[in-house]
Amino acid sequence: MAALIDRIEGRRIEGHRPWPRLVVSEQVWRGIADELAAGRLVLVGLWGDSGCVHMAVLDEEAGDIAVASLDCPQPRYPSVGARHPPAIRLERALHDLYGMHAVGSPDSRAWLDLGFWDVRHPLGKSRRVAAERTPYPFLPVEGEGLHQIPVGPVHAGIIEPGHFRFTVNGETVVRLEQRLGYAHKGIESLMTGASLDRGARLAGRTSGDSTVAYAFAFAQAVEAALETTVPPRAVYLRALMAELERLANHFGDIGAICNDASFALMHAQCGILREMTVRAAAACFGHRLMMDCIVPGGVARDLDRAGIASLRALMKEANRIFPQLVELYDNTASLQDRTATSGVVRSELARQFGAGGYVGRASGRAYDARKRPGYAPYDRLDFEMALFDAGDVNARVWVRIREVEQSLKLLAQILQRLPEGPIAAPLNTSADRIVEGSGLVEGFRGDVFVWLRLEGDRIARCHLRDPSWFQWPLLEAAIEGNIVADFPLCNKSFNCSYSGHDL
Amino acid sequence: MALIVDFAVQGLQMLLVLMLAPLLTGLVRKVKARFLRRRGPSLLQPYRDLARLMRKEVVLAQNASWLFRVIPYLVFAATWVAASLVPTFRTGLLFSWSADLIAIIALLGSARFFLALAGLDVGTSFGGIGSSREVMIASLAEPAMIMIVFTLALIAGSTQLSTMAGYMLSSAVGLRVSLGLAAVALIMVAIAENARIPVDNPATHLELTMVHEAMVLEYSGRHLALIELSASLKLLLYVSLIACLFAPWGLAPPDAGGERLALGLASYLAKLAVGGVLLAVFETSIAKMRVFRVPEFLGAALMLGLLATLLLFVSRSL
Repeated sequence: MAALIDRIEGRRIEGHRPWPRLVVSEQVWRGIADELAAGRLVLVGLWGDSGCVHMAVLDEEAGDIAVASLDCPQPRYPSVGARHPPAIRLERALHDLYGMHAVGSPDSRAWLDLGFWDVRHPLGKSRRVAAERTPYPFLPVEGEGLHQIPVGPVHAGIIEPGHFRFTVNGETVVRLEQRLGYAHKGIESLMTGASLDRGARLAGRTSGDSTVAYAFAFAQAVEAALETTVPPRAVYLRALMAELERLANHFGDIGAICNDASFALMHAQCGILREMTVRAAAACFGHRLMMDCIVPGGVARDLDRAGIASLRALMKEANRIFPQLVELYDNTASLQDRTATSGVVRSELARQFGAGGYVGRASGRAYDARKRPGYAPYDRLDFEMALFDAGDVNARVWVRIREVEQSLKLLAQILQRLPEGPIAAPLNTSADRIVEGSGLVEGFRGDVFVWLRLEGDRIARCHLRDPSWFQWPLLEAAIEGNIVADFPLCNKSFNCSYSGHDL
Repeated sequence: MALIVDFAVQGLQMLLVLMLAPLLTGLVRKVKARFLRRRGPSLLQPYRDLARLMRKEVVLAQNASWLFRVIPYLVFAATWVAASLVPTFRTGLLFSWSADLIAIIALLGSARFFLALAGLDVGTSFGGIGSSREVMIASLAEPAMIMIVFTLALIAGSTQLSTMAGYMLSSAVGLRVSLGLAAVALIMVAIAENARIPVDNPATHLELTMVHEAMVLEYSGRHLALIELSASLKLLLYVSLIACLFAPWGLAPPDAGGERLALGLASYLAKLAVGGVLLAVFETSIAKMRVFRVPEFLGAALMLGLLATLLLFVSRSL
């Protein structure tokens, strides 16, 4: 614990829990950027606040997080992205939302603000403007025989909006450039000044497929700030919901990846498993995706006897069907031919970007927020981290397969150990206190980070960081040198969130 | 009198292939859906889709030339004529003298050429990708097809389908290695030509992986209906062709009476159903291959065709 704080010199802020926040000098800020670039620290988040910027970093060895803050009286700060590229997009988004310049940044184009908004810098010194679309300068590509394929933001299938600009040579992708921000909902603006109830509902709607993970991380942050202890039953029920969400999404993903290789059989069978999972969730908690089931202080719905029975039925069926599907996946040569060796993410890149979830773990980055820094009740549960190092589509499928098996194991343990008792504790809010908290939860896609500051029972500022921030750039790298026709397969194996990223 | 009967039979054949083509497509979709534990759309759904598209307004790209508007009709006409040349339930049709395998390949080839032009005409990147991929596939599928034709022509002594089918029905044919090779090669070519899995996926929504669908992405309304109908006709054509050459049992001879004609018709329908189900089984059990694997796949078909021809040069009885 002491290691990370010792290295960062600054004035420690009281009332920031569970990890320390330090106000640092510009020199220390640059020093942290160098540490990030050297790979000794991992970037967790970079976001703005009124008059300052915050950066959360993780010491992977110790599993220990710190938030560094730099006061900027002028709307500018030294760029982290200049030294550590994973920060570039975060800085561009920060500029769009706050109007603060990253001095020295190699890329100062807008990121979230596509010109549709009628307001500039909505979270900073906002001013009304007429919505104006200016052409976006894509990165130049030069060479003989190259041509561009623009794809999206509206796609042929029913998926989220995002624009992909391919530069190809025949069928081979020379460069892919993403253009995101179409799903911006202004969640952080809505959060400002909201009550805790509303905040929890908003957090749960950042990315629908990860609603449990977001609500969980938000609740963790609120509880840390208010020093509320969650009753043990609620702690276990939260993990139960999180694992159900992971199961449903992994089932859906495994099937959808195979479907993108036109192997519809796997899609149909996995679709059945996913449907069984969300139905069990509905039977237990009254909502298929378990939206708004986790609230600050505990959980909103208790698990009854009928719910337990439906979970047991789900586990029995999944344990029976899933191994057969894994065998089908493993033994279909035509499918393996598509997934193996396509879309390779090099492990150095995964480490540099601190990619969480299956993207990181398929490229040898042994990181799972449930293990380190770890949170209740996973410290008391027995499970293994799935780790592969090929970094291809196949490895990302296998990480999901292993995680499904571990989640089923976790469900059994949770049901076995589920303590009796209340499911929610009152929050000790007081009208005049200013407190800060953060939470880190392993969603199905990776680690969801939430940071907030409360003024009394109102949210003064809340930042939500989706794991996709550090996965989208890797997709650009993974597709280079592959053929255009393999992009949907690679993209599906990443399954990054548009909504969570665009906020 | 005989001429009138011949005309009637040929007319019946043309109508028959046109009416049956969407049904075959519907059957394949239905069987595939059942394998995926879905109920699937009704067998008649392709007809309803065609009727719906026919009623719909045509939306044309601003820079679409006259070629773009004419091509659906050209493609449809060429495919329909090609499909009506294949003996389905009776040999010795009126058009028999022209029912040459090479003519059929030429008709389909020109339909494909026009479709590839249409893909390029509007100037969208997807049309271009689709056309380039389609032509890559065609440049390998057509030589393979020619090799198959050589093999069959050497065995039957003719490239006329009626004569070929008659020869296959006779006892002179026997078991031949070259025929087996040609059959396998023809099936591989048929899969590629009809944009089926593993070469292309007719049901995909992923614009970047499409081949045939990418070429016709800009079509709508009655143009799209004609293109879809042509695709169905082409599938029917290949199933009929395989049936006529390698399973000609039940084909009515030219002088057959009503009873034999009915038998011919029934056996034809049965063959179509078997072909459709087999296709659905095959498509369900395999994933789509990488685009650059397609040349290897079709290269294998070409080699099989070549081998079959060579075997015949070694010995006419092989």
